[in-house]
Parts: sequence; structure tokens; C-alpha cells
Amino acid sequence: MAEPRVIIVGAGPAGVRAAETLVAAGLRPTVVDEGRRDGGQIYRRQPEGFARSSAELYGTEAARAEALHATFDDLRPKIDYRPGHLAWNVADGHLHVVHDGSAEALPFDAMIVAAGATDRLMPVKGWQHAGVYSLGAAQIALKSQGCAIGRRVVFLGTGPLMQLVAAQYRKAGAQVVALLDTSRLWHQIRALPKLVSRPDVLAKGVGLAASHLLAGTMVRRGVTPVEIFGDADGGVSGVGVRLVSGRDLRLACDAVALGYHLRPETQLADLAGCDFTFDAATRQFWPVIDEDGRSSVPGIYLAGDGVRIQGADGAEIAGQLAALAVLADRGRSAPTEQISRLRQQRRAMERFRAGISEAFPWPHHLAAGLAEETVVCRCEGITAGELRAVVHDKGADEMNRAKALSRVGMGRCQGRYCGHAAAEVVAAATQLSPAVVGRLRGQAPVKPLAIRTRRAAP
Amino acid sequence: MSPLQPRFVRLAETDRPTVTIAVDGASVEALEGDSLLVAVLTRAGHLRHSEFGPEARAGFCLMAACQDCWMWTHDGDRLRACDTPVRAGLSVLTQPPDMPWPNRV
Amino acid sequence: MSEPFRTDVIVVGGGIMGAAAAFFLRRRGKSVALIERALIGQQASGTNFGNVRRQGRFLPQLPLANRSRDIWGRLNELIGEDAEFLASGHLRVTYDDEMTARIETYARDALPYGLDLQIIGGNRLRERFPFLGPEVRAGSYAPHDGHANPRLAAPAFGRAARREGASVFERTEIVAVERDAGMFRVEAADGRVFRAEQLMIAAGAWGNRLSEQFGEPVPLVTHGPQMAVTEPIPYALEPVLGVSTTKLEETVYFRQVKRGNIVIGGAARGPASADTQRASVKPENTLLQFTQITRVVPALARLNIIRVWSGVESYLPDDIPIMGPSAKVPDLYYAFGFCGHGFQLGPGVGDVMAELISTGQTTTPIEPFSIARFASAPA
Repeated sequence: MAEPRVIIVGAGPAGVRAAETLVAAGLRPTVVDEGRRDGGQIYRRQPEGFARSSAELYGTEAARAEALHATFDDLRPKIDYRPGHLAWNVADGHLHVVHDGSAEALPFDAMIVAAGATDRLMPVKGWQHAGVYSLGAAQIALKSQGCAIGRRVVFLGTGPLMQLVAAQYRKAGAQVVALLDTSRLWHQIRALPKLVSRPDVLAKGVGLAASHLLAGTMVRRGVTPVEIFGDADGGVSGVGVRLVSGRDLRLACDAVALGYHLRPETQLADLAGCDFTFDAATRQFWPVIDEDGRSSVPGIYLAGDGVRIQGADGAEIAGQLAALAVLADRGRSAPTEQISRLRQQRRAMERFRAGISEAFPWPHHLAAGLAEETVVCRCEGITAGELRAVVHDKGADEMNRAKALSRVGMGRCQGRYCGHAAAEVVAAATQLSPAVVGRLRGQAPVKPLAIRTRRAAP
Repeated sequence: MSPLQPRFVRLAETDRPTVTIAVDGASVEALEGDSLLVAVLTRAGHLRHSEFGPEARAGFCLMAACQDCWMWTHDGDRLRACDTPVRAGLSVLTQPPDMPWPNRV
Repeated sequence: MSEPFRTDVIVVGGGIMGAAAAFFLRRRGKSVALIERALIGQQASGTNFGNVRRQGRFLPQLPLANRSRDIWGRLNELIGEDAEFLASGHLRVTYDDEMTARIETYARDALPYGLDLQIIGGNRLRERFPFLGPEVRAGSYAPHDGHANPRLAAPAFGRAARREGASVFERTEIVAVERDAGMFRVEAADGRVFRAEQLMIAAGAWGNRLSEQFGEPVPLVTHGPQMAVTEPIPYALEPVLGVSTTKLEETVYFRQVKRGNIVIGGAARGPASADTQRASVKPENTLLQFTQITRVVPALARLNIIRVWSGVESYLPDDIPIMGPSAKVPDLYYAFGFCGHGFQLGPGVGDVMAELISTGQTTTPIEPFSIARFASAPA
């Protein structure tokens, strides 16, 4: 039997472990990655010429990051590594990539998509101002470029990443004005039975939360974001929230790191035709997978945070499982014991994932209360009022129709950053469940594609 | 904050060779390994203006996903500032070049 | 089961043809039920390029196109909503002398139909449209043609029809259509029954499934338009641009909307399925469009596309639609299979069909589009 052609999209923890597993089985997979260097976002390698140590960059995860980087360095001669390649479309058994203005169609028998995650966002009035960044962005500025996003930074939102990045900022010498968290302590306490499935990670999280208090950083839980103040030219000047007590709190700052945990990057899965299902707990559509990462489409496998937000450790397991599924489905012998051990580990990761989403819930209720003038779609400048108007005046009770009539999600980012919130706005306005309102259909290209792009010479 | 005031603050890795680029015609000292976004925002408050609102924009996700940080070259080419590394002599604009774009080749 | 829903006319299919017909039928005092399987204007009507172009059409179609163009010009006052119609002008360019001769002939032949085309060549063309590439030889400029937003037009007609008193049924799948005792009976999947004296089938790519039930099958095939749109850039490209050519891969067209995005189409057709109701853009077609549009306007190379889309369009072998009365069944009317050029015609088709259905005749000639032309074709 001919050696199957396997493509892995993404060189983060899931992609690297998938590649390692395939190479161990004697295959030579193609690894397509948009980044210039491996590691993904979580274990992002800083540019050449930067001098910080792994401990400085990755903290408690330094050993895991180093191990992943070392594995990948060893794999380099054994794989077809395509850094700086954007996977912009998938059709008819080919992954379409573009690199340096040159387009290629890569045929595959199996494809493992490990495309990672981006921040999950709920708009707040004023979030279009310069100086408002996603939490992920705040971390990348520091990790990859040694910069803080401003002099006085407010962290607004919820989720483990907020706790982590605020701590990293403080450690690096930035002024952290406050952590304004929409979640409540009882959310976290209620989630403990699930969170204990990974006691070590739970302990790190508790330690992070404690570190903010020990450092005297202002932490407020259960806040309702009201407005990010600022002006058109100068950008952000402050943040206003309503506290649990009902009192308003206004803080001056020149930067805001905003985010409500993460969402999987599912565009390629969508373009490949994978079935999606609505997850009621996190109120989002995500691709259907089995416990090894098989999607509904034969030959398409999904792994890592690009399908379920299980974090870097979970992604390493998911990458191995997806690769083993590819091998099993291609008729290679399956290491039964290894698979069952990985599945067991993955179940703990999945339990923890569910715990995290309960501990730091997506604040969907905020959508109903967004002031009419709040920008929902940053790309197109579409407000909550304009979106509600197409619901009320034009009967748009389905997400793609709301998009067609209002332009929400029609901009350069294709609804990555407003899609979930826009669905909640429509759901609140129609009194329907977001499961009924639906999701923005994926449309190529996954990222903007230069018209200069030409087919690579064969 | 004034638009001329730098937005980003360098906290580490400041010991790199400098590279000179131009932003709206003015020389800007950047460091080797900077992204274009970081090079501009350590000297200024924004990268561009929104097409559909009054506000200046300074990027949002820094990972090539949100598409908020597209700048212009003098020839009318587009550059995504967060994943474009600086190189000596790079010259960018925070708004479209004056000449109507379709007449440029 | 509840009583049948009773109207003078049933219109099956809520594309721009059906929605506009429902609107104009109400204007003529007919009671109307407009039945749409999904949402108004979702398939070909909502996903096409948005050309409001008359030039280049089959000459006998020009009276209909003219009538439609007249409606486009007063659409806002007529239906009370804006579909972003812009009489921006429309320029079809050529790459060689043969095609230049053809557009000259066409301009002469179209003149009696009231179409005032300007053939422009050489330096004058470049002075006027300095963004054209070096391969462009000549152009045929139609000052009164333009473009509109397909995402908005059909739904706007649907709402206007409803405001005029039409009963609009979205998300209503039809399972049976028949005529008995001088009345049409239409049954929906959920059991609802509609009855009317007259029936208009405007079901686009699904029109044949219904005409077949009345013994009038037609050789309808489906394709998907290959559309793309750029990021927004300052508005500077006024006319709609297209290429006049005999080579399919050269037939690109594009237009810039006032907000700044440039909508691109052509060069190829993609797969579309009436069964799954899905159509897609082949990645290689997107790349082919890049090569072709930059021949027309080289500066487009500096831009990025941000989205592609398609929809289910229907085509007939002679590349003209089916429009007019049934050749077999009294009080049955058809308007479907517009072969990828129906958007501009939509409002006019609605107006003409309403006239035909309510008066039995039409002042605009539509004989060439009769379904009778396929009567002897094998099913």
C-alpha cells in the first residue's frame, strides 16, 4: 500500500505531537503553519536575536515548551515543513496554501487540522478604540516582542488567560491597574469537582489568583462592563464597570486587555464540510468529533484548541490521538494500550475543560444589555442597534441573514471576533436560543488573500 | 493620550541593533526583530483609521487573525503590521496614498 | 386539517422574480400567496454579482431589460427601501480587433432599442479610464447601466409585497402542485394547502421540478457563480467593468460599491446542486479570476480578497430564460432559468408577469422565452 499523504495544519502542541507520532510510524507528513516558527501561540518562539530564557518566556511551562521545541527540531529533517504558509481553502481532497504570493494545492489522503484558538470576545461600548487589545494580543506583545500594550493596563473579561497574562505583565514590570472579572468566585467553587481532575493545573491557577491579591493588585469579580472610555484620536482613556454592589467603578488607563476565554479556529473544518453541533454549556457551535478527533468527514481529523479548548497539554494528547486515528484508518496496526491510555488522559482534559468553562462562564447575558451605539463588528463598524434593527424591522432571525442585511461579520476578520456575540445579540432580540439562530457559515479565504497571488510553477 | 504619544512600552529585549523605517515620511528607529506593529506603536498611538468610524486603530489580536492592523505603502500595497517584520528602509503610511489607487500600477 | 389558504394567485419561489411579481400583482389588486422554501432571495437572487446591465444582452431581451431598468431607477420610491442601486455606468472592454468589431456592431444594433452605447478606443479610453491595463483595446460604455446589492433587493421586494398585502410564506417547502376543477392546489410539507385560480412558478433552479408536474420538462442545469469581494478601499472605480470575449476564462467582471469593497465574478462556473441546495467556489477559479481581473485593472493586484461565495443558478441550453404562460395548462405561468443574468431583469419580470397574469397579455414582448420552445425536447 502506498504511503498515505498526510497534512498537518498547525505547528503548535497538537500539530507537533501529531507529526511526531506519524514520523514514528514511518510517514513523512507535511506540516503547514502560518507562523514563521513552530510552537503555535502558546509556545511561540521569539524571533532570532531575542535573548530571554524559556523560564522567562513560559514560566512554569518552560520544560514542556522546551521539550516541544526539541521534538520539533528533531522532526525537521523527517517532515515536509512549510512555515509561513497560509492554508486559505480546502476542496476536493486538496489543501490550498499560499506562501510569499505563490499558491499551491496540496493533495492529501488525511488531514489533521490543529489550527489553534483565538480570543472569545463580547463587545463593550468603546472597544473599537485604539489601545483595546485581546488578552491573547497582550500576551503576544510581551512574549514575542518584549512589550506591554500600554503604561497602565486594565484586564477586563474572564478566564484563566486573564489571570496568567496579568501576572506575566506584573512580573515583567508593567503597571496592572486592575483585573475586572465578569465571573464570580462561586462559579469557580462550583466547578471544583471538575477542576480537580487536573490538581496540578488547579493549584497553579489558585496560585495565580492569590498572587494578584498578594501583590495588592485590584481584583473585582462579578463586574458588568459598561464602557471603555476614550476618543477617536487618542484611543483608550479609562474603563467603567458596574460592581456587584451596584456601584459604578471608573478607572483611568491607556490600555485594555479584553477577553472571555478562547474559541476554536474552525474555518478549515467548516470549509472541509465537517458537521457542527451546538454546545449548550459554552453556547457555541463546534465541529463534531469522536474521542480520537475524527470529524464527520472521512480523512479530516481535528485536534487541539482548534476544536476543543483543552489547553496545551490536552492538545499534545489530542495530536497524538488524531495521528493514531489516521494510522488506524489507513490500515496500520494500532497500539491499543497507548490509545486507551491517551483516551483516558484526554477524558481528564475534557473534564477539566468543562470545569474551566463553568468557572469562567461566557457572559452571554451581556449581549442583551449592550447600548444601541455599541460597535459589535469592529471591521465594518456595525452597532448593536443596527443589528437589532434588521432583526426587528426586517425579520432577520437567522445569523447568516442578519449578516446579509446588516453586514455584521462581513469584514476582514469574517466574524472571528464578533460572530459569537452577534449571535447572542440576535438571540436576545428574537428570544430564540443561539442554537436556533445558528452560526456564520465559513467562507474562504481563511484569511485575506492577495490578488497578486499566482499559482506556483509546477 | 495624544496620537503622537507612543502606545507600547518596551520592557525587555531592548539590547538589539536598530533599524530605521519611515512612518508617514518621518524616520522611526526600530529594533531588529520588531514587528512593524511594534515598531510603529512604540513611537506613535495608532496604525491607521477605521474605514467606517471616526476612530484611529492600533491593531487588536497581534496574531494575524483580526485583520485590524493593515497599513499602506506609498505604492498602495497593503501590509499586515502584526506579522510583517521590520526591515531597513521600509516606508509605510497610516492612511491611503493620495493618488487614487486604481491609477497606480 | 385547516382550511386551504385561498388567493387569486400563488407564486412559488421567493427569488427576485417571485417577490417582485407578488409586489406588482398586489399593485394590480390581485390577492397573492408567495411561497418560499427557505428565505426570500437566498439563492441565485441573493448571491449573484449585482449587475444592472443591459448592454451585451440578447437583443430581443432589451425591451424587457429597459422596462426593468426604468423600475430600478425609481425603486426607492416604489418599494420604500434602498437596494443600493447606482447608475454608475458600465464598461465592457475588448482585447482584440475582432471583439471590438463585435461591440461596434452590437452598439449599432442596440440603438433602435434605445440603448445609447459609446464605443471608445485608444487614447480617449485611457484618458477617461486611466486605470485600464495595456491589453485593453476598446470599450463599450453604457452610461445608464450600473449595479445594485443582491443581498438587499429580493428581500426588499418581499417586504414591500407584504406591506402591499401579499401573504408571504417563508420556510415553506412545497411537496405537491396540481390543477383540478379549474383551480391550482399547492401542498406544503407541513400539510398546509394553498389554492388559487392562477399559479406562477418562479422557483429558479427548482423550476423544472414543478413544470415537469404539468408535463413541461425543460433541460435545466445548475451552476454556481464564482464570486469574491475585496477589502474596502477608497471609492474610485466608478463603472462596472466587464470583458467582452469569446473565451470563458476571460469573462471577468467587477464593481466597486460605495462603501469601498470590490465585488468580483466570472471567469468560470462552479459546481451547484439543486438537491443539496449548495454551491461552491472552486479555489482554482478564485486564482484564475486574480489573473484575469488584473489584466483589466492592474492596480487590483495590490488588494486582498476577504470572502468568496456562490449560489445555485439555473441555465438552459440556449442561454435564455423561460418566461410566459404555460403551453399546456391554462392560468399557469413560468419565470425561471435566467441563466445567470436575471438580476437586472428581476423587477421588470415581476412587472411583466403581473401584467400578463392579471390582463392575459403584456406590452413587452416575451415570446422568445416561451417554454413551448422545449416542447419537443426529450424529457
